[in-house]
Order: sequence, then C-alpha cells, then structure tokens
Amino acid sequence: MSMINITIDGKAVQVEEGTTVLEAARVAGIDIPTLCYLKDVNEIGACRMCVVEIKGARALQAACVYPVAEGNEIYTSSPAVREARKSTLELLLSNHKKECLTCVRNRNCELQTLADELNITEIEFEGEMCDLPIDDSSRSVVRDPQKCIACRRCVGACENLQKVHVIDALNRGFKTEIGPAFGKKLADVACVNCGQCIVACPVGALYEKSAIDQVWDAIRDPEKVVLVQTAPAVRAAIGEEFGMPIGTAATHQMVGAMLRMGFDKVFDTDTSADLTILEEGTELLHRLQNGGTLPLITSCSPGWIKFAEHYYPDMLDNLSTCKSPHQMFGAVLKTYYAQEAGIDPAKIVNVSVMPCTAKKFECDRPEMSDSGYKDVDYVLTTRELARMIKECGINFQECDGEFEQPFGPASGAGVIFGATGGVMEAALRTVADILTGQDLQDIEYHDVRGVEGVKEAAVEINGTTVKVAVAHGLGNARKVLDKIRAGEADWHFVEIMACPGGCVNGGGQPIQPARVKNWIDIRAERAKAVYSEDLRLPIRKSHQNDSVMKGIYEGFIGEPGSELAHKLLHTHYTPRERF
Amino acid sequence: MAKARKVEVSEQQKKEILSIVDKYKGTKGALIPVLHEVQEYFGYLPLEVQEIISDNLNVPLAEIYGVVTFYTQFTTQPKGKYAVNVCLGTACYVKGSAKILEKFEETLGIKAGGVTEDGMFSIDACRCVGACGLAPVAMINGEVYGKLVQDDVKSICEKYMEN
Repeated sequence: MSMINITIDGKAVQVEEGTTVLEAARVAGIDIPTLCYLKDVNEIGACRMCVVEIKGARALQAACVYPVAEGNEIYTSSPAVREARKSTLELLLSNHKKECLTCVRNRNCELQTLADELNITEIEFEGEMCDLPIDDSSRSVVRDPQKCIACRRCVGACENLQKVHVIDALNRGFKTEIGPAFGKKLADVACVNCGQCIVACPVGALYEKSAIDQVWDAIRDPEKVVLVQTAPAVRAAIGEEFGMPIGTAATHQMVGAMLRMGFDKVFDTDTSADLTILEEGTELLHRLQNGGTLPLITSCSPGWIKFAEHYYPDMLDNLSTCKSPHQMFGAVLKTYYAQEAGIDPAKIVNVSVMPCTAKKFECDRPEMSDSGYKDVDYVLTTRELARMIKECGINFQECDGEFEQPFGPASGAGVIFGATGGVMEAALRTVADILTGQDLQDIEYHDVRGVEGVKEAAVEINGTTVKVAVAHGLGNARKVLDKIRAGEADWHFVEIMACPGGCVNGGGQPIQPARVKNWIDIRAERAKAVYSEDLRLPIRKSHQNDSVMKGIYEGFIGEPGSELAHKLLHTHYTPRERF
Repeated sequence: MAKARKVEVSEQQKKEILSIVDKYKGTKGALIPVLHEVQEYFGYLPLEVQEIISDNLNVPLAEIYGVVTFYTQFTTQPKGKYAVNVCLGTACYVKGSAKILEKFEETLGIKAGGVTEDGMFSIDACRCVGACGLAPVAMINGEVYGKLVQDDVKSICEKYMEN
C-alpha cells in the first residue's frame, strides 16, 4: 500500500492510500465533528457536519468519506468551515423537537454535544415541524419521528449490520422520514426488536419501551416480592453509565446498587445460563446420537429467534427448544424457588435486567408462562437500570454486594454467555467433559472468541470431531443459515446471537457516541470484562455449578431433558410472515 | 400513504409482474426499471404489488417503498383512466400554469393528486415535460396540450368525457 503525504492544519502527516480525511486527521491528533457517520454502519457523507476545506477543491468536502490524495492541504477549522458547520447544525436544530430536559438522551445526545461544542447560542431559523406521531406499537422499540434528524444511522444498522431492513428513508426533501413502508408501525412489520437502531441513533428518536414505572410500582407494593436477575453482559457495561472505563466488570457495584434500590433478592442469570448449557448440551448429545435435526442452533437470543421465525421459518426445527436463560430462571423462580423459600408465586414479580430490547417482547410471549404465571414480568435494559440507580442518588462506584443464595456463584461458563462465542465455548466445556468422562483442564476455546463475523472450529472430543460455527449480527447469521439451507455446511452445532459482538453490544446497553465507537471496538472491549470474570471464578464449567446440579436438578427437576425440564425450560416457535 | 382497502392482484396479473421481475433479476440496479415496467402494466404500485416485487427480486419492502416515494414518477395510488398532468415547471409556471391547474381542479371537482369518483380522471402537477416553447402545457395520457388558456380546459375535458 503506497503512502500519501498531506498536511492538516499545517501539520504534516503520512497515511496509507485510501485513508479518509477524518481518519488522517485522527492520526494528526485533530478531531473533526461528525454526526451521520458511524463506522461500518453508515458511511454516506450526508449530514455535512464534518466538512473541511481542501486547498484547490471546488467546495467543502465531507471528511468522513473523502479519501486523501498526495499533497492535499487540508484545513479543518477555517472560518468557512466553521460557518458551514454552524449553519448546517442550526438547520438541523430548526425543526428538531428540542425538549432536551425531558429527553431520554439528555446529556448523551450527539446533537446536543455538537450544539455545545460549536457554540450555538441561537437558532436563526424556524423550520416546519414534523407532525408524525410517536410509534410505540412495538413491545421493545419506540420511535419519535419529531426528534429524528434523518441521519440514517438506524437504517444502516437495520440494513447493513442486521440485514433486516424494515426501515428506510421514505419520501424526499422536507418530507423525508425514516420508518417502515406504507406508514406501517414497527409492530406490524418483520422487525426483530434487536434495538441496534437504538444504539446507533445519535439523538432521542429511538429508545426502548420503558418498564421503569411498573418496576418501581412493584418495589413499592408491600404485597409483592420483587426478584431481579441480571444477564452476564449487564455487569460488563453498566459501569460506563457511571464514568467507569469501557470494559470494566462492575458486578459487585451493580448488585449492591440493586439491593439499595429495594429489590428483595438479586439473582445472577448466569446460574440459568449454566442450566441452559445442561439442557442444550443434553439436546445436542441427543440429536448427535439419535439422528436429530442438525446443526443444532442456539436459542438464547430472542432477536435471533424472531428473525428465524420471520425469515427462516423452514429452519425452526434446527433451533434448540431451550428457552433463553432468563426465561428459564423466571420459570424456576416461580416454581422451585417459591416452594423452597415458602413464597406464594402469585406474589412474586420477576424482573430481568438485560442488555437487550428483544427480551421485552420475549417475556410477553404467551408461551412464556409455564410456571403457571408470567415467568418474567418485566424486562429492563441496562440503560433503564442505570437511570433508576441515578434516580435514587446512589453512589454506584461505592456499592458492594453479592448475588443471593441459594443460587450461585455461577460458573465462568455462564458469564461468557455475554459475548459472541460464549455460549458455544460454555457448551463445549460441558459436552467435552461428558463425552470423555473426564474433568478436562484445557477449557479455553479461542477459535470461537473474538469479533470476526463468522467463526468456525472443529473440536476433537474422544475421537469424535464436533464441527461448530458462531455468527453474531444477523447479517452474519444469514451467511451461515443460507449455507445450511443450501446443504453446503456440515456443522453439528451453531451459535447465533442477534447483536454484533453478542449481548455485550446488545440494543439495551449503554449508548456510546460515534466519536467513541468510530475508534474503539466496544464489542471487544466489553468482551474483555466477561472473560476476566470467567478467569476470576473458581468454577468455570456449567455442570460443576452445585446450585444447578444439586439444587435445581436433584432438588426439583431431576435430569436434564426430563419431562419437568421440558415443561418449564423449553419452548416452541411460531412461523411468522415477512410482510 | 396509509394502507387503503386491499388491492386484488389476479393470478394473470401476478404472472405478468413476475415475468417483468425475471427479466431484470440478478442485474445491478434492477429495481427502478422493474418499478417502471410494473407501473406501466398495473397502473400504479400498491402495497400488494410491491410485496410481490420484494419477494421475488429479493429487495426489502422498505427499500422499494423508499424508492417509490422518492421519485415523483412512481405512484402508490391508482390514476384515472385519463391522467391529467399539468406542468408546474419554471417556464409553464411563469406563463400561468397554476391557473390552468386550478381550472382543471374546478372542472373535474378534484384536487391535484386525486382521482374522480368514477375513476375516469386524475390530476397531478408535474415538473418540466420538455415542451417549454408551448408553455403553459398539460398532458393527458401522453397527449400534449400547449399554449393553454383557462377557457381551453373545459372543452379538453369534455372531449374525454364523450369517449
């Protein structure tokens, strides 16, 4: 690759051919403001916030997409540049619903940040406001078109990352709006509720459907016993909401804070991740030994499940019948735990804190009530939990607490569920021990870790080769599924997570602005937190988790795959239309 | 924009639409020529027709609808048997085509963008049709009427009514 010499604001830099002005400026230590640009998601040079002056060029150029050329003299903050950016921003603000004080993105809004940084002290223009109503039809995702700035980052997430593409830019000019075709609502199209549009949105135009009020009401109600569980990925990211560096595991702070909020018991979803491994591992061995439908595909990710129901209904038999871990736990808490603790299950309110918006839809599925009650009553995202903690004025970093007995501590295998490849690795740790009858020491499967879109591995266990694949992000899932459908794959076991990077980068996680995500791979950083937890834990295999094996199985369910296990811990799927 | 009553697409019509899709399937930029030909055949591009195209061309419905609503030449509403297009391009506009449009609206009793109840006429405002020398211009099903004055409108309409 040939190198190119340029100067930016008088500073000489050498960069590779094909580098954009934005990237080159970064090398020179110069930040250029951006808005519509989100690396790998939306690279269309549309919003014009990043314009720069290039000597000899006809007009100002968009730094995010303009490749540098030999000898370029670039100015990133000349008077013409500053004036153009300010006018652009003022025009964007002119018809934006500016209710910043009560906006869900207050103080974490890229438009607000730019208005501050560009020193906008008045908005000269008054634009015609959009009168489209809020769409809160979905159980997971809410859209407010009046806050939308039509940057198309959500469209990029839906189209490019997820290959779901149920929203796009519609109409033109002032009438441009983002949404599903024919003015339909999100609930009426084949949206999978993954929430990747939310974490891509720079403003408050997309957010989760909140369950905060319902959860506060339950906590306040003296008749209710409010049990909360938290997914592995939540601890890996919630610290970001309280100023901790990306990739910090904040397990104890989080548990301590939740106890102070008034939850009666705080449980670890990792426990039921271990339970899931026992059930799913048993299912895999059963299918391998009895000629069942292969490959077996994991079913922990409800965004992926809904995607399969809409887009690959012919392959639903490949899916594991296991419920996702928090749904399993919900069913166990309202049966086994209620019985052991002597609590009337009718009084239990199960709350799941998840990195996920799709789980809000999942917990409302009619089939998720095998305990005789709604297995999980409310799902909160990581962001909602952080908002509730802040509302209490709790000093998060000073909090300390341990998950409630009788469950836990969970295994390291349960923790790594939060990252792509984690469910696969956890399953392999258990399946390998069962097939060899040994307590294997070599338990790290590095081939299935990392952020590569599709990962494959062939694992030798006791003379048998188990072929596996891991896909994260539904665009990557399509590649794997199309291969299976075409009969071109010989995998035995496939892990699919709807969100790129897995749950650590879920649609319910803290929102990092583009200025962070464009330069730091938060998928990899947050994954470090779950793998560090795995190393820290004394037990790292699901089948060695005593609270699962001796407690839930011996004390209640019997064997993995038993009749009661099938009743409480397994589910079925429904083919859905694409339109 | 919102979904109106369900549009019936007959088996024969579906076959015709699929043959248009097949002609372009697999080529780059297939969507726009497909939309053109299907609209020419079916008259307009309602939800049911866009779904058939989406399913068989493997282009998401949201993208198709985005394209259809971006270009004014595509329509999701049926047009009249006689589609009146009044040019509001610069030359026609300064020559008073807004008045011509008004007269059509008054004569046919519908607004631009609408269709008469009997389905005979629709009126649309359009951009330059490339006949500025004849400004102000209106077109009805491809036939051009130039140098119009308001008084011409009634007799032009009647000509089609008699048919």
